[in-house]
Amino acid sequence: MTKQQVIDLYFLDARHKVIEVAAFLDRVERAAGKDDFRLKAFRAALGELGGSQREKARRVLLAFSDPTTKPIAEAESKGAVGAWPAKSH
Amino acid sequence: MRFIEPHAHMVSRVTDDYERMAVAGCEAVCEPAFWAGFDRSSAAGFFDYFCQLTGHEPKRAAKFGLKHFCWLCINPKEAEDVKLAEEVIALIPQFLDRTNVLGIGEIGLNKNSRNELKVLEMHVDLAARYNQLILVHTPHLEDKLKGTRLILDVLKGDKRIRPGRVIIDHVEEHTVAMVLDAGCWAGMTLYPETKCSPARAIDILENYGQERIWLNSACDWGVSDPLAVPKTAVEMKKRGHNSAMIDKVIYQNPRKFLGQCPKFKIG
Repeated sequence: MTKQQVIDLYFLDARHKVIEVAAFLDRVERAAGKDDFRLKAFRAALGELGGSQREKARRVLLAFSDPTTKPIAEAESKGAVGAWPAKSH
Repeated sequence: MRFIEPHAHMVSRVTDDYERMAVAGCEAVCEPAFWAGFDRSSAAGFFDYFCQLTGHEPKRAAKFGLKHFCWLCINPKEAEDVKLAEEVIALIPQFLDRTNVLGIGEIGLNKNSRNELKVLEMHVDLAARYNQLILVHTPHLEDKLKGTRLILDVLKGDKRIRPGRVIIDHVEEHTVAMVLDAGCWAGMTLYPETKCSPARAIDILENYGQERIWLNSACDWGVSDPLAVPKTAVEMKKRGHNSAMIDKVIYQNPRKFLGQCPKFKIG
């Protein structure tokens, strides 16, 4: 596909999603309380969107990922929350 | 359009889904053993589940002209209890000769714990001893990167395992390269909120090629869509991919991998 074809096909969808992200940040910022590790990871992920670097999706996923390499001692829950807690430390 | 759904948890779906899939061109559905959404209280619960996967579910699919195949294991979400896992793994060999069993899966990791890793190694050993194909689940969200690395280490550490007989599922942009580089097959799961969207899955196909890769819906009891594969095929058409290319990704590729099991016969 040409750049123009990609833009024609996906621009409105991407525009919708970026407005949703902006509205989410507005909502969080006007609420009382502090950021948690997920929001910190979210802001780090947003930092991967600017500039001309390629593989932005991969970089965003890495910003949310546990970078350690050793297994944990025990699984205390079954679910994932979307961001690595230790990133906030 | 014809397609194979290589990863779907049909015991969690209504009969209407079988009909919709058949109408959309599905020729076969493959069902890895999965977590029920709650922990089973004993190995006997798994015995009943394996009977359901190998006996009841193929009959339900056949009513709509669909072939049903399955994979057996204890899912990583229940692998923290090693004693239970040992009991369940001991049950599996008696089911391996059933006509619709393709191999061991979906094994893997969930939270990347030591016990999960131990149970993964037990499953890999079982697959090696019985010369079975392997279907691997990679962890969710923040745990996927680390889990995929740990899984690949286990597979590489067992010299009996041929990577071309292993499919590692739920890859995304940050894990697909390491899976393909290891010589394994890669599965992309199309979910409405997590894993891959159709657009991102097609991006990955365009960036990494169409060899040793498939698409699946992994539809289950959660938010998921049993028609995600044919819907992605429509998206591929919109992006200018021709029918031969679409057929390769949604039909020929899964047929090639699954055909390594002589019991996988369709069409």
